[in-house]
Amino acid sequence: MLARRLIPCLDVRDGVVVKGVKFRNHEIIGDIVPLAKRYAEAGADELVFYDITASSDQRVVDKSWVSKIAEVIDIPFCVAGGIKSIEQAGLILEMGADKISVNSPALSSPDLITELYNTFGQQCVVIGIDSFYSEENNRYEVYQFTGDETRTTKTQWQTLDWIKEVQQRGAGEIVLNCMNQDGVRKGYDIQQLAEVRGSCQVPLIASGGAGEMVHFKDVFLKADVDGALAASVFHKSIIDIQELKTYLREQRIPMR
Amino acid sequence: MAVKAATANKDVTIINTGCANISSVKFALQRLGAVVTVSKDPKEIASAKRLILPGVGAAPAAMRSIEKRGLINVIKQLQQPVLGVCLGMQIMVNSSEENDLGNDKNTPCLDLMPGRVNRLQVGTRRLPHMGWNQIQKTSNSPIFDGIDNGTYFYFVHSFAVTQYENTIATCDYGEQFSAAIQHNNFIGVQFHPERSSEAGAVVLRNFMSL
Repeated sequence: MLARRLIPCLDVRDGVVVKGVKFRNHEIIGDIVPLAKRYAEAGADELVFYDITASSDQRVVDKSWVSKIAEVIDIPFCVAGGIKSIEQAGLILEMGADKISVNSPALSSPDLITELYNTFGQQCVVIGIDSFYSEENNRYEVYQFTGDETRTTKTQWQTLDWIKEVQQRGAGEIVLNCMNQDGVRKGYDIQQLAEVRGSCQVPLIASGGAGEMVHFKDVFLKADVDGALAASVFHKSIIDIQELKTYLREQRIPMR
Repeated sequence: MAVKAATANKDVTIINTGCANISSVKFALQRLGAVVTVSKDPKEIASAKRLILPGVGAAPAAMRSIEKRGLINVIKQLQQPVLGVCLGMQIMVNSSEENDLGNDKNTPCLDLMPGRVNRLQVGTRRLPHMGWNQIQKTSNSPIFDGIDNGTYFYFVHSFAVTQYENTIATCDYGEQFSAAIQHNNFIGVQFHPERSSEAGAVVLRNFMSL
């Protein structure tokens, strides 16, 4: 049976792993390569590296760390952040990444998704979506440039519409980051993820809010996501990956 | 002793088809102590000890690229062990349902063995089939020495070789499909051994001892 995936996310800024709360106030967690290796050995099913400075700084970021990761780890990994062109994506895939994830540049230029699909195949193309629940408008709204608080802006897109659009354009997987929950460890946004799941025919990865083991159980059983991404609970050793897998297996959730 | 020296030879040549992500396969082999050559030279390929046929992307693009490099006949004539990975496995068979968008003709493949690639029939499940799934061996092949039934490997694909007489392991995702195939010296695996943690390393090590 296809296992559900546990995916530690490493936010990268200037070549080190950082973590902020609600996308702000980033603190340094450690060096990329040893952390990547540690997670692979600890039983992570996949890793995501978000270069959170890239899109907002409008510069091409040094990605030489990608091949260093590829040299040492034997599980799949995805690289996100500042990938604005086919050439940049191709370089990262050549360095050994299995997938590339595009967020802000896909919103600026949706054709990029189709071009990535045509060039590298659907399996490489992950679309990251930062979604914020607006109490005022009572709806989920897509945000852009969330790596830099001074440039973070609300887009014209409602989340469900953008979910459908990116699939039509060739997305192979969607990572939905629920901004209201990010970094506060009070649980995934089950309601939103379940709603999105209904419109998502490609693998869906939940992001934002993991704090306890029960949160993982809930997101797999109640929102039927394919994978759960988390950062601080793993970085700060609040949850041990093997213990979490044992617990989830007991809940009859298939784990590797 | 001469026999032992020969089997201890760790040379692996990756066929540079021009369309695949080669780095992760190369690094995985190097972690296991292989001496890796990446080549698109027909002479070098023909004289290699053993070869990997990698592949990422779509079958028609891969076949065009291999044809453009003049490698089709070279690959067909190989007598040494060849391991096709993912799309590299799919193009080992006779033909694939996968074609460019808007083209519903079959794509002729390398025809190293019979077999047919079809889009996975998964019902309401998600495509691509992406993640860790279990295999069941259907015959004894040395490529799976030390691998138990139910072992997880990492898969990423939407098309697969339909199960048939050359299938040596199956995987279940809505339907049973070929997780691995073999015909003489040609072996193909649908999963990514280079991204399948310790189980993948076992498969690559087995291949390196062929």
